[in-house]
Amino acid sequence: MLRIDRAVYEAIITHARRDHPDEACGIVAGPAGSDRPERFVAMENAERSPTFYRFDSMEQLRVWREMDDQDEEPIVIYHSHTATEAYPSRTDISLAWEPGAHYVLASTRDPERIEFRSYRIIDAVVTEEPVEIV
Amino acid sequence: MAVQVRVPTILRSYTGGSKVVEGVGDTLAALFIDIDSRFPGLRGRLIADAGELHRFVNIYVNDEDVRFLGGLDAKIADGDNVTILPAVAGGCAVMPATSGV
Repeated sequence: MLRIDRAVYEAIITHARRDHPDEACGIVAGPAGSDRPERFVAMENAERSPTFYRFDSMEQLRVWREMDDQDEEPIVIYHSHTATEAYPSRTDISLAWEPGAHYVLASTRDPERIEFRSYRIIDAVVTEEPVEIV
Repeated sequence: MAVQVRVPTILRSYTGGSKVVEGVGDTLAALFIDIDSRFPGLRGRLIADAGELHRFVNIYVNDEDVRFLGGLDAKIADGDNVTILPAVAGGCAVMPATSGV
């Protein structure tokens, strides 16, 4: 299960809406081993694409260093789908290297309704999990 | 003196859990061959079948992305720091050549 603060949940949705129709992406860092997503970090989508995302490599290095220095890890890795459902694509699955992370998908395909779902992706096996907004 | 290589969590199964390993070599290619002699299999996760750096692995020499330093031909020297980070990428489209590292 993913427990996430309402403020962080809303920050992810706001980012996804702002970058629509391109995919938005980022992380929520938290203390290593805590499973608490606390520090929202919107990342640049270096691809600037409606169908693909990739963290900018230099920004990723900087953010990963910060996490290392503060004994944090990426608790949530999020991105948006802008025309399809909030479910991991084959590409998402094959590129999911963080077995400890909650992979959050937000879909902005319907401007009236947000889809916000969370998954574990381990060895290419996708397991959806409940999301509790607190 | 040698080159320090920071290994991401997902690849530490090859390094006995170590976060940092040391190696030697004049180029990134030579460094990876040296490291692979002690940590077999690691190199295969960084280099694709065609002998190029895997598209979805980021490698940095002293905080520079090696894609801008000549890739595997990037020159390295004693005391340099090499960092490996799996790219964070995906999306709704099916991209070619996205098999896992």
